[in-house]
Amino acid sequence: MTSTKLKPVDVVVVGVGVAGSIICKELATTGLRVVGLERGRMVDPNKDFVMPYAHDEFRNDNRSDLIQNLSRETVTFRNAMNETALPMRDIGSFRLGECVGGAGVLWGGLTWRFLPWDFETHSRTVERYGKQHMPADCSNQDWGLTYEELEPYYDQFEHIYGVSGKAGNLEGQLQPGGNPFEGPRSREYPNPPPPTTYAGHLFGKAAQSLGYSPFSTPTSGNTQLYKNPYKQVLGQCMRGGFCSSYSCAKGAKGSPLTAVVPSLKEHPNFELRPLSNVIKINLDSDGKRATGVNYIDANGQEFEQPADLVILTSYAFNNTRLLLLSGIGKPYDPISNSGVVGKNYSYQAVGSVKLFFEDKVFNGFMGGGGLCTAIDDFNGDNFDHSGLGFIGGGYLVVNSRGAAPIHSHPVPSGTPGWGSEWKKKVAHYYDRSFSISSHGGCQSYRTNYLDLDPTYKDANGLPLIRMTFDWRQPDHKMSAHITKKAAEIAQAMGPSKMSQHPVTGQYNITPYQVNHNTGGAIMGADPSASVVNKYLQTWDVPNVFVIGASAFPQNSANAPTGTVGALACWTADIIKEVYLKRPQSLM
Amino acid sequence: MSESDLFQGHAYLFFKPHEVRFVDAAVARIIPADDLGPGAKEAGVTRFIDRQLASPWGTSSRQYRLGPWQPGSPRQGNQSPLIPQEIYRYGIQDMDRYCLKEKGKSFEFLSADVQEALLKAMESGQIELNTISCKKFFSLLHKNTIEGFFSDPMHGGNHNKIGWRLIGFPGVAGSAYPDWLGRYNEPYRVEPVSILDIEQGKVSLDAEGNPKHIFINPQ
Repeated sequence: MTSTKLKPVDVVVVGVGVAGSIICKELATTGLRVVGLERGRMVDPNKDFVMPYAHDEFRNDNRSDLIQNLSRETVTFRNAMNETALPMRDIGSFRLGECVGGAGVLWGGLTWRFLPWDFETHSRTVERYGKQHMPADCSNQDWGLTYEELEPYYDQFEHIYGVSGKAGNLEGQLQPGGNPFEGPRSREYPNPPPPTTYAGHLFGKAAQSLGYSPFSTPTSGNTQLYKNPYKQVLGQCMRGGFCSSYSCAKGAKGSPLTAVVPSLKEHPNFELRPLSNVIKINLDSDGKRATGVNYIDANGQEFEQPADLVILTSYAFNNTRLLLLSGIGKPYDPISNSGVVGKNYSYQAVGSVKLFFEDKVFNGFMGGGGLCTAIDDFNGDNFDHSGLGFIGGGYLVVNSRGAAPIHSHPVPSGTPGWGSEWKKKVAHYYDRSFSISSHGGCQSYRTNYLDLDPTYKDANGLPLIRMTFDWRQPDHKMSAHITKKAAEIAQAMGPSKMSQHPVTGQYNITPYQVNHNTGGAIMGADPSASVVNKYLQTWDVPNVFVIGASAFPQNSANAPTGTVGALACWTADIIKEVYLKRPQSLM
Repeated sequence: MSESDLFQGHAYLFFKPHEVRFVDAAVARIIPADDLGPGAKEAGVTRFIDRQLASPWGTSSRQYRLGPWQPGSPRQGNQSPLIPQEIYRYGIQDMDRYCLKEKGKSFEFLSADVQEALLKAMESGQIELNTISCKKFFSLLHKNTIEGFFSDPMHGGNHNKIGWRLIGFPGVAGSAYPDWLGRYNEPYRVEPVSILDIEQGKVSLDAEGNPKHIFINPQ
């Protein structure tokens, strides 16, 4: 196909979601000519998500048009290298965003920081337990970036999204009511923590009685009207539910659409181009320098957008795929254990405990994104792992997201799936039940990885990304361990019935689990073991940066959005302060 | 059952009359009318499914549909080229044929007990159908029944908010939730409000644009 060559710009940003919107904003303030290319459509929350339609569960959740249209592009999947990967034909385990704002429009709002341990998983494990404690074939590595270095940028991101929460550790001083296990923070959250729901209250009380430290999780469901540093005003959460998979009709959820994108209008040097699907990063003849990107618009026309600086800020799958399609970095080969692009794909292992009561009602339809009570006692390395056979862990959480009626039919184990008995139990327990989620992380393994599929193509005839992934024994052990801890807390609440559901068996792409796919373009200190350096700059092509959860060398238990946002702030800063003055390799 | 509980007659976009009878009978077993109230048939779930089948979803418009089509492990998800319209059309045809042969009557004319047993057999994959997997057909029928029973009545099911009344879901959220959140173990039970109600002007809105909820058991 011939492409139309456009006027060169200084910076092209590929994917305008959580990371991309911040990069666009921060670089637009320098006066550089910046173009943001986004494959999805423009969404104006004031028009697209208005009451009462914003509370239509069926249309927004079951039939969403903001989730990737798989008829044009999907991923292929297999559990192991000796299987044939097949396309994910329907949405299941995770939901990929496809609109300006990306998955950041559909997120729930939980705005964690990662634990300091998450950044140094490998070295801290070896230091505390010895090399033999690392699971066999585990390919974890340190980030090459520490929590302390990223802290000011977490703070910056939290102020952009107006995060509501209570600090647990202010400059090393533990704070009552906050998470005592979090890394030291330079200051409080910009907004106060949300109220505690009845379910969260019962969980907190029971956890405390067992000696744990419950707290309200930080959330971008704002507790009060808030004006952010980009002069955007975010609304107050009305606790009506309909957050995750939805855009908030009250403008109360921090997201690219509420916190960042509207402020881009004030920069005449910035242009947002929706419906522009980037298919390739172009390199000069010796492959050491990017010259821009090619993309296909809504009419199927191909354009070449020349640029001095190319920044990939799309989802983990697409960041990795674009590098592979463009020949940037050596593709990872698990057999020879060489190459880097596609390495260390990871996910999260989420189990649960379901609780049923006879004498309590929860008004579970009230709630909001990130409205959670949690404990962090079994996350990361916050507990002794000697003899446990796994590393890492997860947080235990009661997430009062709002019990939407199509999706919330909690019934005790043994209840038939339909018929009169099922109806009776659903009617009785819909509001007399809640769950504790045992929200585990996932380590990286040599044969969990991404590459280009040899058979299946997208609508443009380009190979799909292929995911090879399965749970490992340590993942099962971790999930069983923390789910058992959740069950002990559940027991202390005195439910009439309860059941435990740790992650078991093989990974299945069908049931919804979590939207936290990571890795593929990982960061690190060693060019032979990572795609990007600690500044998210590719080792091989210094004018290409790759930002997103693709950079995580293994996955934390915590939701990634806070860290993705912080990495965007971190990279924007280094580009502005260092790279633009001396546009070459930063390491 | 009051007058408004009765689902009135409806003209169908996709289903043929005999298909309506089959789906009516099947959804009435999946969520039956009983002493707790009306079931899926009374809630207009057949109309909901009919509308869905006539929508882009009925032809799998957002599904990855390029080949090769090959069976994989169950963990790799759906790998069948059949679209929902075909699953219903062939599934009903196949079940009719099976019921006539084995039971002497079409599905909809069999007793509730026999229908229930047949649906259970479909669910566990014990019926050999001509064209499609009975398990796949049941699974779609089950999923759509739940969706139709509990989604906003604007989509054609959940007539008179039967599904929401059953579980105590208030529908479109009210403005009092932030205050109510701290009232532990006090049930918030109101006359449910649908988007359809609001658009039909049946419910008044407050200054926030949220519906004014009417409590059904005074607090």
